[in-house]
Amino acid sequence: MKKAKQLIACVILMAMGLESAHAAYDLNLMQGVTQISHDVYDLHMLILWICVFIGIAVFGAMFYSIYYHRKSRGHVASQFHESTKIEILWTIIPTLILVGMAIPATKTMMELNDVQDADMSIKVTGWQWKWEYEYLDTGVHFFSSLDEASNRARQLGSGIDPRSVPHYLLNVDHPLVIPVKKKIRFLFTAADVLHSWWVPDLGWKKDTIPGFINEAWTYVEKPGTYRGQCTELCGKDHGFMPIVVIAMEQADYDNWVAEQKGLVAETNAAAEKEWSKDELIAKGEAVYQNNCASCHMADGAGMAGAFPALTGSKLVNGDINSQIDLVYKGKGMMPAFGQMLSEVDFAAVITYTRNALGNAVGDSVQPSAIKSLKSSAPAQTDDKDEDDQDEGNT
Amino acid sequence: MSAVVTEHDDHHEHDHDHGPSKGLLRWLITTNHKDIGTLYLLFALAMFFVGGAMALVIRAELFEPGLQFVQPQFFNSMTTMHALVMVFGAVMPAFVGLANWMIPMMIGAPDMALPRMNNMSFWLLVAGVLMLASTLFMEGGAPASGWTLYPPLVLQTGAALPFAIFSVHLLGISSIMGAINIIATIFNMRAPAMTLMKMPLFVWTWLITAFLLIAIMPVFAGAVTMLLTDRFFGTSFFDAAGGGDPVLYQHIFWFFGHPEVYVMILPTFGVASTIIPVFARKPLFGYSSMVYATAAIAFLSFIVWAHHMFTVGMPIAGELYFMYATMLIAIPTGVKVFNWTATMWKGSMTFETPMLFSIAFVVLFTMGGFTGLMMSVAPSDFQYHDTYFIVAHFHYTLVPASIFILMAAGYFWLPKWTGHMYDEKIGKLHFWLSAISVNILFFPQHFLGLAGMPRRIPDYAVQFADWNMVSSIGAFIFGFSQLLFLWVVIKTIKGGTGEAVTDEVWEDARKHGLEWTLPSPPPYHTFTTPPEIVPTEHF
Repeated sequence: MKKAKQLIACVILMAMGLESAHAAYDLNLMQGVTQISHDVYDLHMLILWICVFIGIAVFGAMFYSIYYHRKSRGHVASQFHESTKIEILWTIIPTLILVGMAIPATKTMMELNDVQDADMSIKVTGWQWKWEYEYLDTGVHFFSSLDEASNRARQLGSGIDPRSVPHYLLNVDHPLVIPVKKKIRFLFTAADVLHSWWVPDLGWKKDTIPGFINEAWTYVEKPGTYRGQCTELCGKDHGFMPIVVIAMEQADYDNWVAEQKGLVAETNAAAEKEWSKDELIAKGEAVYQNNCASCHMADGAGMAGAFPALTGSKLVNGDINSQIDLVYKGKGMMPAFGQMLSEVDFAAVITYTRNALGNAVGDSVQPSAIKSLKSSAPAQTDDKDEDDQDEGNT
Repeated sequence: MSAVVTEHDDHHEHDHDHGPSKGLLRWLITTNHKDIGTLYLLFALAMFFVGGAMALVIRAELFEPGLQFVQPQFFNSMTTMHALVMVFGAVMPAFVGLANWMIPMMIGAPDMALPRMNNMSFWLLVAGVLMLASTLFMEGGAPASGWTLYPPLVLQTGAALPFAIFSVHLLGISSIMGAINIIATIFNMRAPAMTLMKMPLFVWTWLITAFLLIAIMPVFAGAVTMLLTDRFFGTSFFDAAGGGDPVLYQHIFWFFGHPEVYVMILPTFGVASTIIPVFARKPLFGYSSMVYATAAIAFLSFIVWAHHMFTVGMPIAGELYFMYATMLIAIPTGVKVFNWTATMWKGSMTFETPMLFSIAFVVLFTMGGFTGLMMSVAPSDFQYHDTYFIVAHFHYTLVPASIFILMAAGYFWLPKWTGHMYDEKIGKLHFWLSAISVNILFFPQHFLGLAGMPRRIPDYAVQFADWNMVSSIGAFIFGFSQLLFLWVVIKTIKGGTGEAVTDEVWEDARKHGLEWTLPSPPPYHTFTTPPEIVPTEHF
């Protein structure tokens, strides 16, 4: 059956002259790289074979009678229509098969749920549309979003062939790094809407839900890069929220942690420094394209009815503090960027929007000002405003 | 074994039966079960094409990686509206249409028990669907949060939110009124000799479905009303920041949503159990176990809802309970499939279009059932959940199952309804195109899901490109093949092949149901006095 499908598919594709070298006619679940994912694979295959076997029996009987018990072959219908014995039989046998399936399934289920005795914990927060990772033991903390090359190629009518982009839609700017041979506990939550964290190689997925903490764990045997995606519909960029997990040997991982800590120090130093307006605008453009352009568009024109334009916006051209406040806290569909961006990036993007995209207010804000804001006011993520659509849309 | 009613075969020439009004008014104010049945069926057919066009937008965008035609937000609107239109506009109304046409004729009743309510439930449906369709033109676009309308995402909908919610209310009221009508008709208006255990299975499955509908529609209405107050009146049912619980919505939704999928599948069991015996020329095997199995499935459907939510983080006891309970559904469903196979066994089969669609239904629905069984196992479901494997699963249970059975029913009863024979050649062509293309369309989606493609994404990684292209090709062949059905219906209404259609249409159909004892087409009012004897072929 599958072979036949492949054949049909190949014929159709060849007929269209669309031979594709990347060709991935994957047919089955991947086995993954953890014990759990192997158990799940085995369960999957067990039930698949049971289904195939029952299917052959039932469809075989059906097609036997379709062929031999046809009127055109002169077959005369018998008139039996009941047999208590056989009906009881085909209730009891499936019940026994189900019990046989339930036993290994229960075992795997218990295993999946056992988050005890973890070596380290990582908190994962889902945002529209990026992942936040926080290493609870070392304090390493960063956001992870779709990589720049994929992001450019995925725009409607970008003219870039996705096949030319390495790991199109499955690559991120900051991958999650974990050590191998360690039991890692994950804690999941969300900042805005529901998301779901899935790396098929690990063998499970888990929803991230605002107000809830979910748990799961993994233990990866061998180093490698494992890719996945958000699987819960989370708004327009749901398809553009990949996950990349890099599993490293412990020594490499330790180096990576040290490096990350160095970066934090660097970022802090940058926040203390006095920046010129031009520096901020230059930096702000990249930040804007990464974080804002998917809603407000690359040129700041917005999308009528859904996302307000920044070009000529009252808010952007008005008091800088009210703009900072809104971007910091978020509103409705707009995430609270105060938690997401570094002080430098935040100051840069505010300065950029006020001095580019057709706006020319001329003022700027220093990272140090944002830093003092950060330390004074804990950002509020869920602003309940009656009308989410109209912010700054005037 | 069987008997025939003669009472109503003589056409009363003296026209005392208040025939239909003339012109447009006939259809607006009609209380006749046949007219209303026709309205439901035509409306459902129209919505089938609307929903299908939306599906083709989706498949066109997914033909190749990269965004070619639509923005992601509109893509999400299309997936949401495709689902809502197909569920509430096409499949459910089509079955209500069949119920309206066939139940009175099958049980020997003159009409539905509550004819004026019948008229109202149809027009509420139209109003509801039009209101839903109007959201496509609103600021911020149509709802784009999936047919499940999960918060908090759904609360980000623009101006469309209240309209979508009120449309759900109208559709719910319409369904409940239809269900009450069906229950009242079945309980009160059966011919004297027709005991419950002599009712045709289609009537049985609709009786059970009607109870499901009455139980679940208010639940859905409640859930969406809570959404409405969360958005507009400052409540926090589903808002964690205000002390609410987003998962609560999912529990309520799936308490409705899981039985809802059986609302769309139980009547198909009834139709298949009606058609297969006629063309196998045998009584249905295991009539009573069919009834018990249907009731068992309906009962189980209420206690398994959280298998849609294995990944939300339930306690292990909850996960295990929902896993075991879900696995159990395989047993009564299996009994049904075995019974249909046994009905064909040692029959004298012929393969007219309705039979072809019915056999394809049994085979392909069973395949959808198999993937359902795979998904019931919670640890594996962690991998399948929210991927294209799920899309493949539920489309196998809805397209080559519900839709195929609706096609089968159309071909099966069209000659009875119109008095004209449809074009068998076109019918068979329609069947083979549909049966082949539906597999090209949905079978590769299993592979996509297993390989790791999430659902509801407008664009995908290049490794998924090939199967998506195959799937899209299947979609376009399937979609355009359905125009053949439209053509057959129009042609049959206009006179068909010109072949004379007998009262029983199909060989010996009289043995299988009261409707075949009536003239084709049946008079505007049938069974003004109840038939005294009913066919008892299934005993």
